[in-house]
Amino acid sequence: MLKDHAKLLQVFLSAGEIIGRKKLQKMIYIAKKLSFPFQERFQFHFYGPYSEELTLRVEELCNMGFLQEEMEQKGGYHQYRYALTPAGREFLAVNKVDMPCLDECFIDMNGQSARFLELVSTVLYFNSLSKEEVAEKVFTLKSKQNYTLEELDEAYQYIEKLKTKTQTKAP
Amino acid sequence: MGYSDQKLSEEKVFKDPVHRYVHVRDKVIWDLIGTKEFQRLRRIKQLGTTFLTFHGAEHSRFNHSLGVYEIVRRIVDDVFRDREDWNKELRLLTLCAALLHDLGHGPFSHSFEKVFDFDHEAFTQQIILGDTEVNKVLRRVDPSFPKEVAEIIGKTSEHKLVISLISSQIDADRMDYLQRDAYYTGVSYGHFDMERILRVMRPREDFVVIKKSGMHAVEDYIMSRYQMYWQIYFHPVTRSAEVILTKILHRAKDLYHQSYKFKHEPVHFHSSFNNKMSLGDFLKLDEAIILFYFQMWQEEDDPILSDLCNRFVNRNLFKYVEFDPAKEYKKTAELADLFLQAGIDPDYYLVVDSSSDLPYDFYRPGEEEERLPIYLLMESGEIRELSRESEIVDAISGKRRTDHKLYFPLDLLKDHSANRAVKERICALLEI
Repeated sequence: MLKDHAKLLQVFLSAGEIIGRKKLQKMIYIAKKLSFPFQERFQFHFYGPYSEELTLRVEELCNMGFLQEEMEQKGGYHQYRYALTPAGREFLAVNKVDMPCLDECFIDMNGQSARFLELVSTVLYFNSLSKEEVAEKVFTLKSKQNYTLEELDEAYQYIEKLKTKTQTKAP
Repeated sequence: MGYSDQKLSEEKVFKDPVHRYVHVRDKVIWDLIGTKEFQRLRRIKQLGTTFLTFHGAEHSRFNHSLGVYEIVRRIVDDVFRDREDWNKELRLLTLCAALLHDLGHGPFSHSFEKVFDFDHEAFTQQIILGDTEVNKVLRRVDPSFPKEVAEIIGKTSEHKLVISLISSQIDADRMDYLQRDAYYTGVSYGHFDMERILRVMRPREDFVVIKKSGMHAVEDYIMSRYQMYWQIYFHPVTRSAEVILTKILHRAKDLYHQSYKFKHEPVHFHSSFNNKMSLGDFLKLDEAIILFYFQMWQEEDDPILSDLCNRFVNRNLFKYVEFDPAKEYKKTAELADLFLQAGIDPDYYLVVDSSSDLPYDFYRPGEEEERLPIYLLMESGEIRELSRESEIVDAISGKRRTDHKLYFPLDLLKDHSANRAVKERICALLEI
């Protein structure tokens, strides 16, 4: 019971504070595509893969007092910061989550920008297409982000790096 | 004249309780409605298990798909026609995508997708792109047309304005289902002035905007979404039926993998149980098939499967209490232990259900580029996000209400013929 909530809390235990809802969405999507057992379903939206279930679950965790949400003003928009609370830690101590390699992957992803993670998640969303077709999709659908071919290469390299991290400690 | 431009010699109309009439003039649309994959939607209920709570809610995804098509037809043929930012050449693509947007939904699809880990959107893509009657009709327009339609529905097309008509925070899909679900459930919450909203919609390069003068009609629509969520979609009795349905599927799958000998072999489920659902197998599934198995499984020797099916078929649902995970999460472990002592398997009979388990979405202002918000077109020509202008929308898109319930079989707990002391302890813990 509440296992899916516990898995999300474990992410914050591993990665520490996560700044930005978009970043959190992309981190969970990427992890799911790397076969971490997150159950939230994603669809492609205007800004890339997005899960309403994930948004709702985070709101539930905030309302339970297991996650702390802080809003800050950033120019013309709001940005949200999320961190595990002591009550959340206590919940995790009772509801243990076993996801090998989670720490390394999430610490690494948390060090990346939301913009880059958006590109990585978009590449993963179109992983059934060739690299040329993915490039066309990225440059068409994400034209306002002005991604470059070099960034696209970096995204592919980053996915390989994350895959290595998940394989090194797989049971 | 090419197939894409062919019109029927006489307009066909479907009588519809929500939109009065659904009008069809295009031969392509008429042919798509006649395909077996589209006709299959008649056998999938729009609201799944809601009919066990609101007995009128027997309407199908066929009704809804026609309704979405009709709303979009009114937008592109009446509201957008001759507007500068609207490309008339996208008309047929838009209508086809609207009609086919739910094609991949299966029976009780929310539970099915959770238990068997598949996605109705993927099946929509497969039906449109695979060896199907729908694909043949679309290919007659152009060999690339099925892919174009699939990309609109998958929201990966470059035609973002078309996507936003079918899938955004103010789209034809929601405008139809809110009104249709309200009509068939018989409630008074889901009503809003759709005609007014359509009249104030304006196309922009990537999305639709709403003239500021139509803001109050949009407020009404947002309130409808909010009320329908709590009164219909997340109704606790409907959720109880959904919990039982999910547990039936889990039990049947577990038994299959334990090589249990079913009296009524679930041949239609084999590929689901093995996580290898083919398109052919998927298209054979509908609610009549599923309910047939539930009927037959009441006679199985496995007491859990037969009991759960009996509960679903005869509407002997689980009862519930409000559950506050922050204060009570430790209690669930104790309850699970007591259930085991009472001879009741907690994996099937003790369930926490959360609002996040049913993601019918509320309006979100789209902060941090999560979702595209609703934009108002001000008189100055500037566009502004809805909640910045509307106090009502701001109020209900702020701090979110969430909800959790704990479901259990009250009749088994009140049956004191065995394990009376343990059951009384459980009831005391549940405060029932």
